[in-house]
Amino acid sequence: MSVNQDEHRLAGRARIAVAGARAATGDVFGRSSRRERLGNVVFPALLLLALSVALAGLLAIIVWAVVEGGSRANVDLITNGTSRLDAASAGYREAILGSLYVIGGVILLIVPLGVGAAIYLEEYADKTRWWNRLIELNIQNLAGVPSIVFGILGLAFVVRGPLSLGFVAAAGAITVAMLVLPTVIIAAREAIRAVPPSIREGSLALGATQWQTIRRQVLPAAFSGILTGTILAVARAFGEAAPLLLVGATTFVTFDPSLFENRFTTLPVQIFNYSKQPQEEFQVLAAGGALVMITLLVVVNSFAIGLRNKFERRW
Amino acid sequence: MASRETVVSGTGADPVRRSLEATGPRYGEKVIKALLALCGVLSVLITTAIVLSLLTPTLEFFREVSLTEFLFGTEWAPSFADAHFGVLPIVVGTLNVVFWAMVVAVPVGLGSAIYLAEYAPPRVRKVVKPMLEVLEGIPTVTIGLFTLLFLIPLAADVFPFLDWSTFSIGVAGIAVGLLTVPLVASVADDALRAVPGGLRDGAYALGAGKLRVSLRVILPAAISGIVAGFVLAISRAIGETMVVLMAAGNRPQLSIDPTESVQTMTGHIGSAATGDLSTGTIDYYTVFSVAALLFVMTLLMNVLAMRLVRRFREVYE
Repeated sequence: MSVNQDEHRLAGRARIAVAGARAATGDVFGRSSRRERLGNVVFPALLLLALSVALAGLLAIIVWAVVEGGSRANVDLITNGTSRLDAASAGYREAILGSLYVIGGVILLIVPLGVGAAIYLEEYADKTRWWNRLIELNIQNLAGVPSIVFGILGLAFVVRGPLSLGFVAAAGAITVAMLVLPTVIIAAREAIRAVPPSIREGSLALGATQWQTIRRQVLPAAFSGILTGTILAVARAFGEAAPLLLVGATTFVTFDPSLFENRFTTLPVQIFNYSKQPQEEFQVLAAGGALVMITLLVVVNSFAIGLRNKFERRW
Repeated sequence: MASRETVVSGTGADPVRRSLEATGPRYGEKVIKALLALCGVLSVLITTAIVLSLLTPTLEFFREVSLTEFLFGTEWAPSFADAHFGVLPIVVGTLNVVFWAMVVAVPVGLGSAIYLAEYAPPRVRKVVKPMLEVLEGIPTVTIGLFTLLFLIPLAADVFPFLDWSTFSIGVAGIAVGLLTVPLVASVADDALRAVPGGLRDGAYALGAGKLRVSLRVILPAAISGIVAGFVLAISRAIGETMVVLMAAGNRPQLSIDPTESVQTMTGHIGSAATGDLSTGTIDYYTVFSVAALLFVMTLLMNVLAMRLVRRFREVYE
């Protein structure tokens, strides 16, 4: 009983103290100036305006693509072949196939190489060694190199020079893979880093070797993060056009591509090509291609973001 | 729980003591480590390859054109019979794009970031952040087409008193700005959220209002990270190709008029690549030397951004 009474009294005192403090602070700070009150309204409004500009930009692009290219949004657009003569019957068949070849090659290259590099840097590399710091610094820098410079690299090293593959889809795939590799490495490293050390220590303590620990504990735990990063990188690779201009995807290709023979084109490059034709029907055709690409990317990005939100694990 | 019991009963049933030393040298582990290290080294090889592929043709180029003519010449006509190799017009073109891009990206990106970090309720944040990511993912070809077919005609309608043509470097720059907004916003948002909660709470406890806390406490504390975001966006704008190639035009002229058709560095590389580029010609070497200049410019920007990011990490982590 007496304890309860004490508490009661204390609570009463606290209430009085709070009221006193509030009155005192109110006296000093309560009267906010007109300028400040105005600022508290205008500032958030300006911020909201900035955000709306960004979102309106996104919305405008999507709406424009639907309005401008919607009239060509049908199966013919995908199945009809390239033509520079008749816009009405022209489509993106070869370009879409070319994109698939390039993307397939990119996935085959970046998944093992990117995840491998990420595992090395997170699990094995001794950060005090200069060569490991060099690799890290180098990846950060590589991520900021403009895509067209990778096109130059592809032209000098893959199309000609050491690899000498010529202007073929495989050269495009290697070029774009080098471009998105840093993105994959950075994303995979973040996913691997998110796995807490206690998981590794537990596994090692039970006698697993380092590789067994990585393969059976770390990689499964980091899987969804790695997958999300890879999907986003592949989506970027799919939309990339600039470096492919330099490795040969420029001409109107009217035959189905193959990996190591003949020239190739991809969807974004073909959109660019159509857009340069003077007739207005070709511009509509280009917008139709843009609509296809936006739809694909919004679907893929939403899928990847949903995946991340669903599997994001708090340890 | 169940697994713990099995372990306990397991040790009870199996009293044989085994050495904790590894039974063999495990060469497999070493091979795997070496293979993974090779993947890491590959990125260094890519950088080396970039430098090499740029260096040789660039040196070849400077055997025919003097460095001073390249850097300070004011006329760019590399494929004319009376060739001029002054890179200044296309560098100014690129800076023009960067200027207009920053006019859009700085206020819009920073404003969005402050709103998301300080004002937005979690639900709004959860919807808006993925939308910005989608904007980041829109292919640049699409944005180029959108600029060429929609934004430039729109600008001509809104400002009919200016002298518009099919291409416009200013509008192309604004479109590049729009595509760098998510980059600025996400880097600035990270920087703002990295400011320790104690600073914010302390400022509120001293009676500061939301506006004062955002502008006088959080913003200065996060400034190096925010500036890093701007620098990265500048680097991105310098290197952006498709929008500029499609909408900025390809006339290499020394002009700061946003309504003009002006070629940029990436625009030059892109349009030279679309033509026939045969090895060993001066055209070929020109493309490489412009790319080398581009590489150096973006590299400087990226190194600067990395230093800035490291600074705000060091302070708060």
